[in-house]
Amino acid sequence: MENTKILSSRFGKIKPDYVEEFVAAGGYEGLKKAITMKPEEIIQEIKNAYLFGRGGAAYPTGVKWEQAYAIPLEKGPKYMICNADEGEPGTFKDRHIMAEDPLMLIEGMTIGAFIFGAKEGYIYCRGEYSGIQKILRSAIKNATEAGFLGENILGTGLNFNIKVVSGAGAYVCGENTALVESIEGKTGRPRRKPPYIKNAGLNMLPTVLNNVETYACIPWIVKEGGEKFLSLGTEFSGGTKLMCLSGNVVQRGVYEVPFGTTLRDLIYDLGGGIADGKKLKFVHLGGSSGACFPEELLDTKICYNDLRKNGLSLGSGAVLVVDDSHCVVDYLKTVMEFFEDESCGKCTPCREGNRRMVEILEKLTSGRGAKEDLERLQSLARTMRNTSFCGLGQSAPVPVTTLLKHFADEFEAHVQGRCPSGKCSMSGVRR
Amino acid sequence: MEKINLTIDGIDISVAKGSTILQAAKEAKVDIPTLCFLQGVHEPGSCRICVVEVEGWRGLQPACITKAEEGIAVKTSSKLVRETRRDILELILANHNRECLSCKRNQRCELQKLAEDFGIDSNYYEKKGTCVELDQSGPVVRDTSKCVLCGRCVSVCSNIQKVNAIELANRGPDTSVTTPYEQSLSLRSCINCGQCIKVCPVGALQERDDTEKVWNALEDPELHVVVQTAPAVRVALGEEFGLPVGTNVKGKMVTALRRLGFNKIFDTTFSADLTIMEEGTELLHRINNGGKLPLITSCSPGWVKFCEHNYPDFLDNLSSCKSPQQMFGAVAKSYYPQKAGLDAKKVFVVSVMPCTAKKFEADREELKINGLRDVDAVITTRELAKMIKQAGINFNQQSDSHYDELLGTSTGAGVIFANTGGVMEAALRTVADILTGEDLQTIEYHEVRGLEGIKEATVNVNGMKLNVAIAHGTGNASKLLDTIREGKAGYHFIEVMGCPGGCINGGGQPILMDKSKTQEVNQLRAASIYSLDRTAVKRKSHDNPEIKKIYAEFLDKPGSSKAHQLLHTHYIARN
Repeated sequence: MENTKILSSRFGKIKPDYVEEFVAAGGYEGLKKAITMKPEEIIQEIKNAYLFGRGGAAYPTGVKWEQAYAIPLEKGPKYMICNADEGEPGTFKDRHIMAEDPLMLIEGMTIGAFIFGAKEGYIYCRGEYSGIQKILRSAIKNATEAGFLGENILGTGLNFNIKVVSGAGAYVCGENTALVESIEGKTGRPRRKPPYIKNAGLNMLPTVLNNVETYACIPWIVKEGGEKFLSLGTEFSGGTKLMCLSGNVVQRGVYEVPFGTTLRDLIYDLGGGIADGKKLKFVHLGGSSGACFPEELLDTKICYNDLRKNGLSLGSGAVLVVDDSHCVVDYLKTVMEFFEDESCGKCTPCREGNRRMVEILEKLTSGRGAKEDLERLQSLARTMRNTSFCGLGQSAPVPVTTLLKHFADEFEAHVQGRCPSGKCSMSGVRR
Repeated sequence: MEKINLTIDGIDISVAKGSTILQAAKEAKVDIPTLCFLQGVHEPGSCRICVVEVEGWRGLQPACITKAEEGIAVKTSSKLVRETRRDILELILANHNRECLSCKRNQRCELQKLAEDFGIDSNYYEKKGTCVELDQSGPVVRDTSKCVLCGRCVSVCSNIQKVNAIELANRGPDTSVTTPYEQSLSLRSCINCGQCIKVCPVGALQERDDTEKVWNALEDPELHVVVQTAPAVRVALGEEFGLPVGTNVKGKMVTALRRLGFNKIFDTTFSADLTIMEEGTELLHRINNGGKLPLITSCSPGWVKFCEHNYPDFLDNLSSCKSPQQMFGAVAKSYYPQKAGLDAKKVFVVSVMPCTAKKFEADREELKINGLRDVDAVITTRELAKMIKQAGINFNQQSDSHYDELLGTSTGAGVIFANTGGVMEAALRTVADILTGEDLQTIEYHEVRGLEGIKEATVNVNGMKLNVAIAHGTGNASKLLDTIREGKAGYHFIEVMGCPGGCINGGGQPILMDKSKTQEVNQLRAASIYSLDRTAVKRKSHDNPEIKKIYAEFLDKPGSSKAHQLLHTHYIARN
């Protein structure tokens, strides 16, 4: 596994914002090669790589860029935007790229700018990452001075500049259209789609928007070729993935693994297993809006297709391990409190649904729950999934439905006034 | 026009390409419930009540903003759709202050109707809404405990009126409609136009209730209570009693007011004529003496406050004339008591207005004479209807009666003040006669009529070319003033009314259950006003015998020092 580091190869080995050190370690070779290629050829390499969006939606990047490239030149993409909001709980991979090898991201965006003729780029960076924003700005400044950004990049006639925009702590701004609204200075609430970002994004002009890790893969793909990237992973999931391992596990952290690695390998081999001799109860995969599942599914490979077959989604790459000292209902309440707070408040199902789910879970954890509350959780989950305005509300009920499915007995026990793990106060139980 | 074919609940239908599913359903005679949607005004697709199933599409689609596509099969009332809408409705209702009995919107509430249609008979959820704020600081009262966060008020305030007094703020359960810095509305740039009240589907926005003040005055044996009714009220009040839209109920209204116990029933159209005399004179004076042009009307208190906040550089363009409401009050407390042998201090003036901003205007400190307010209480068309109902007056069966004399005679010119373009037309009728020295017979100026946002005309009067413009709704006024600021337009005279359509669509007019019919209703009310003008005995302000009398006996002549003392005012630049 140690041979397949393509994203983290320079981590800790170079001064992150130094162009010279970056170049000496193989940086900007992708861009240098790209400018000798036709845009269509570069896009074809990305398609060959089977690179899927690393932000969570897993949309094929090559297809996205092909569609953006097909937009007529006069309406062609005007902006390259990087989603560096990294608001998904349990996700902390993009910060490593930005803190330790930001020029890799900048190089990826610049290759995109070359393809589309974009003149302006934005990195929308999580507000809490103020130190990282400084590194990004410094890297941009240095790249500009070295001729890799700014006017007439590498003599190609391409003019491209990048600005760093700080988020202000709203989870929903990780949603593409809300992010764009936020850059425009508006309240971060999602727009209705269509029109899509590619046609009408920032300032209602064509925009290409990708996650940090996605952009970071581009230089390697251009330099080494799409097929080589694909060969690192599985048949339909190219390359490697930065996985964020957290929770009740011995070695928490970010691990770059090739697609095809199993979750069990990640948690037990790389992560050292469960701490304090406890047992694994469930894994929450892909972020707060991902699925929660028990031990039985741990042999699933980290691979878009395999995960999908098991009803799972890789999401951002967050793997939150929960041991058997925890109560699923109590855990779920914490998760749903997050969504309650972070719903932008625009549409009814998300704004009201999340808070009412929290209300129901409070009933259950205090022993006041009833059978109909479990039914209500299911029906609310269905309504939210089917009718929410954006991905936030559509996916927020995933942990609810998956925990209800895998831990029905534990919910049932709470209805009976009992918390098997002893975590819940159950103070409201009528005896 | 390109057509597309689809089925709605199995009904084959062909609709124009670009139609939404909601529009297509309407053509198939299928009603899809909506709550936040208000076509052309507010289309956020956020409440999700209107969701439908489209075969083969993931999730459910909001019919209001989803475009129909060729060949799709839409289900608007499947089990899934019905259950989902019920879920969403329950979620909205869970936050809603359900004191329907004490709500002014009881039986006129869109949410109440939805709850009835869907048979929501219980309340599953426990917790109440967290955003509870009652702002009673001004004429527009906000009760957020009833707010359903549809955002219609925000769109009207920001996009149509360009006032920007309110906005959707915060997120999650803290989401609320609020003012900058959460200050009370009266401290902000709110112009009290009440257009937010008119679009609110529930009772979260209302006018300040001043009926108690009026009842108390009527009960007070010491007071002599007179009432004036604005022209727009007579063509709308009937709607509150189930009469067809646009019905002229002037005669019944006068009878009902007399039954309520007012000592004298007068007509604001009288003082509208008075306004024309003063303002027409002011216009000619400014034109002839190199005064500030364009002259801009100042009858609409919403518009005046908008100008004070946003266009203080135009304050000298505003006519110094008080509005008809205030002119009426000024003479009702000077000329009238003198003629009637009353103590002016004992005269209590009530206005019935189609307007919420008139409440603010009446409270303005500068609109007092000798320490007496021109107007003591202002009630809206809706509040008058409520008083009539409370008094047990069977409105529809009342016979017609006439206004009292002295301040109760109107002309067609005074009546058309209710419509956008009406003040302009009334002024032109008088100015044209003055300039020609004739009694002109061509008095209808159709170029200034209609619901076009900004109207322009050049009127040739006796060799003088008058460039005029009319804007209604402060958003349109803003556009018009911007062109003047940029030096792109040279007008002599501009009429601005704060509300879209003019006073007929004022913030105090009856609430429509089906707000998509607003335009249609405005047209009917406006037509009724023009018909009153056509059939009027006198149609020019200067022909009003009571106007002639007041100048002869009291005011001397338009623009006299007495007229200035009583009938003119000044304005304040506001931040």
